[in-house]
Amino acid sequence: MLQDDTLANVLYIDLSKKHFWIEKRQDLFDKFIGGVGVATQLLHEECPKGADPLGPENPIIFAVGPLTGLFPLASKTVAMFKSPHTGNLGESHCGGRSAIAIRMAGYGAIVIKGASNTPLYLAIHNNRIYFRDASSLWGIGSCITVGRIIRENEPAAGLRTIMRIGTAGEKLVSYACVTTETYRHFGRLGLGAVFGSKKLKAIVISGKRSLPISDTKLYQKVYDEIYQAATGSPVMKKYHGLGTAENILPLNEFGGLPTRNLEKAKFEGALDISGETFAEQYLGRRLACSHCPVGCIHIAALREPYGDELYFYKTSMFSYDFEPIYALGSMLGVSEPKGFLKLMEQIEVLGLDVMSTGVVLAWATEAQQKGIISKKETMGIKLSWGDHTAYMDTVSLIIKQPNEFFEALSCGVEHAASLYGGQDYALAFGGNEMPGYHTGPGAHIGVLIGARHSHLDNAGYSIDQKAKIKENLGSAEELAESLLAEERWRQILASLVICFFARGIYQPDVVLKALHLTGFDVTPEALLGIGEEIHKEKYRFKTREGFSLDKLRLPKRILETPSPLGKLDEKFIHRAIEYVKKSLSK
Amino acid sequence: MKLSVVDTERCVGCQSCMFACSRRQGEAGIARTCIGVRSAGGMERGFVVIVCRACNDPPCAKVCPTGALKPRRGGGVRFDITKCTGCGHCRDACPIGCVFWDDEINKPMICIHCGYCAQFCPYGVLKLER
Repeated sequence: MLQDDTLANVLYIDLSKKHFWIEKRQDLFDKFIGGVGVATQLLHEECPKGADPLGPENPIIFAVGPLTGLFPLASKTVAMFKSPHTGNLGESHCGGRSAIAIRMAGYGAIVIKGASNTPLYLAIHNNRIYFRDASSLWGIGSCITVGRIIRENEPAAGLRTIMRIGTAGEKLVSYACVTTETYRHFGRLGLGAVFGSKKLKAIVISGKRSLPISDTKLYQKVYDEIYQAATGSPVMKKYHGLGTAENILPLNEFGGLPTRNLEKAKFEGALDISGETFAEQYLGRRLACSHCPVGCIHIAALREPYGDELYFYKTSMFSYDFEPIYALGSMLGVSEPKGFLKLMEQIEVLGLDVMSTGVVLAWATEAQQKGIISKKETMGIKLSWGDHTAYMDTVSLIIKQPNEFFEALSCGVEHAASLYGGQDYALAFGGNEMPGYHTGPGAHIGVLIGARHSHLDNAGYSIDQKAKIKENLGSAEELAESLLAEERWRQILASLVICFFARGIYQPDVVLKALHLTGFDVTPEALLGIGEEIHKEKYRFKTREGFSLDKLRLPKRILETPSPLGKLDEKFIHRAIEYVKKSLSK
Repeated sequence: MKLSVVDTERCVGCQSCMFACSRRQGEAGIARTCIGVRSAGGMERGFVVIVCRACNDPPCAKVCPTGALKPRRGGGVRFDITKCTGCGHCRDACPIGCVFWDDEINKPMICIHCGYCAQFCPYGVLKLER
């Protein structure tokens, strides 16, 4: 690291004592780069064994990397915490303006400890930190309104991030998200509930500074190469064009789009909720994260009449992507685009993780159809595939939690099924609800063994798709090894906080060139070694908190519904997991 | 030549222009940037691009008490930092907010209309024109 780089500054904030301090942690950044590497170490340091995820002892850690602010697409913030959803490793990544704001405020990481007695929000403007009363913001129905109020109260427009929770986080729904810049999220594993447990409604962060660089001329050259690749490559053009929603139709054609709680993997309504349909009929604007020229964020505009008066309309705008369309569309049998958009809006306003919510609703629908639960539990709601209004009513009650059933739903599908049954079709892996891929064994094994049980850990779905083309999946051991190799490399990308969409651009040679300019010189082998070590460190935390690959639950549904690579073989899956276990214990 | 904001509706808010401006001056980060991009009150409403529009009769130069800012041929101003006392009148005089400020040295930062930022605008928001 270069001598005067503020990346080494870690800002510690104690919400209990309303106190903050800054420590130079060059030791951590020199060894673990930044992002997930550094955040994992801070989690080990700050989170005591057996901590209550909703207790003051659970820390929230944000970290960015050395390339943030220097190169395009190093634009993610990594959040780490103990997850209230799984009771284990919590990790979630978010873009928007968050990473640039943290770096420009002069920090490489922020650690938030303790809990406040009364609602507050934090304002971090460079080296000034304010604890602002948020009593008047607590309970506001829409987290979009909260963003607007803070926007108007705080300085530094264009140079700031505004992270906030909705009522889902306040009510400690275990899969509540944290939203930034209205449209990006720390979506998975319940960071919103951890905010809520600390009475932390929001954090605004801003700053403006220069960053040191070792060789200005070389910097401009490397920058230009990366920028050209980011704006010129067909892959990046795809993300800007239809966005991730482009995958709906090909994945459906492939037979890997989970439909109606994965009773099927092909949705007859896919065209109606495809990226093409949304782009042609609803796309209102495209946005980008700070310092990313791609602009993959797609915002739909929905114009609706109020109905009580002629010519009285409202136009709402909110983002859509592949995963929300899967979770609230095909997974729930919703093929009516307006129905999907209304449900999406509600979830955005309340601040829920859309993927977990969709899977929870899908399980509840099937559970009611199979008679495990009745209208008594649902307080009169009849859930049926495609009925978005019934789903909206259910989501409202997940927030209010008026009875034991809705309390159970607010803790996720793993918990709900443990109380009511229906585990065979409760689609959670490692306690986290499934992503939108039933492409083959790679997708499911990947999520099972992934340190945060996310499709982004190791992209198993991509291995499946390639295997289908080659018509050869290989052995369980080979598959497991590919997943591990990908996950280890992704620890490097996530330590540099490079958006995974740019993984094709930031190949190891480019990463090393860029890192060199930040005074971080390392051999390719050593770089891979760091990735492997970070991965092990994450597993060390998981094991410490009681995770075991032996205890993983495999929902039977994934074995019943054929994937594009045929019916999944349980023994094959177990062999792969066994391989991972051996590999991690080396 | 002068920089022109062609159409803010095409702006996705990536702020690549802001980083480009700093890089053009041999720096990384955004402390030195003379162009600003912010949302027009929520990103759903699009963006505002704040950059010197090269006025023919620039108010910033009119209020400069030391002659550090002088009108430039073709619009805008030339800045002689050796004459600047950092009084800040120029910043107050620009109704668009295009006089950015370097807090470290307490001096204005003003666009020289080099067009480097436009080279890094992928969506045709910025253009260097005659």
